[in-house]
Amino acid sequence: MDGEPSAVEKVLDSALESVDVGERMALDLARESGFSEEDLDRIGMAVRECMVNAIVHGNGYSSHKKVRISVSCTPERFTVQIADQGQGFDPGKLPDPLAEDNLMRHSGRGIFLMRAFMDDLQVRRLEPAGTEVTLVKKVAAKR
Amino acid sequence: MSVKLTTRQVGDVTVIDVAGRITLGEGASTLRDALRELVKKDQKKILLNMKDVTYIDSSGIGELVSAYTSITNQGGHLKLLGLTHRVRDLLQITKLYTVFDVHEDEAHAVRSFE
Repeated sequence: MDGEPSAVEKVLDSALESVDVGERMALDLARESGFSEEDLDRIGMAVRECMVNAIVHGNGYSSHKKVRISVSCTPERFTVQIADQGQGFDPGKLPDPLAEDNLMRHSGRGIFLMRAFMDDLQVRRLEPAGTEVTLVKKVAAKR
Repeated sequence: MSVKLTTRQVGDVTVIDVAGRITLGEGASTLRDALRELVKKDQKKILLNMKDVTYIDSSGIGELVSAYTSITNQGGHLKLLGLTHRVRDLLQITKLYTVFDVHEDEAHAVRSFE
């Protein structure tokens, strides 16, 4: 990277095909940023989980709702923001997938995996509707 | 590529060779349907050969977990063979690695059902 921030943004349909598009966008910029293969793997998985959540849980696959993905990179931070137009959720109220009672549940691991694979995760409610999830990977951490 | 399944018998053990991506949508649902069919046919010993699984997401993990629960509740056994580094990491992070009986060698895995 030459020190100048890079950024790209797209608005996508609430369809599973959009998960691949979002992942490709994120990985294209992450690759330019020089992340290791292991970090690229983790970034890709986190972005896919976030896109799936936005499409399935946020927008309910609605053809009337969109998912916005923004990917940017500075010399210090690689950031992905994914926003849906759903009703929102409280991350503090999500069940812990590692708790014994939840370990064998069919679903509920997405946010946990995003946190495990990225350095930071923030959830913000949007007005009038929707949720924006920000995923950050520190570029310095790859050294 | 989504997922490709090939089913074969090794004695009384049903081995499903899984190749490709087990993700939300076609991949995970294909695996789910195949395992449900085996359960319907009263297959009690099922070994998933995951050597060629290139990718699995949380939906794929969910299908593995649901299949394990369903098969175990019906007195059967579902075991895993040949996890890639990526899949093994995922199961370890989610604390599911010790839930499943995981093997590296097929012959050993088949014998373990006895």
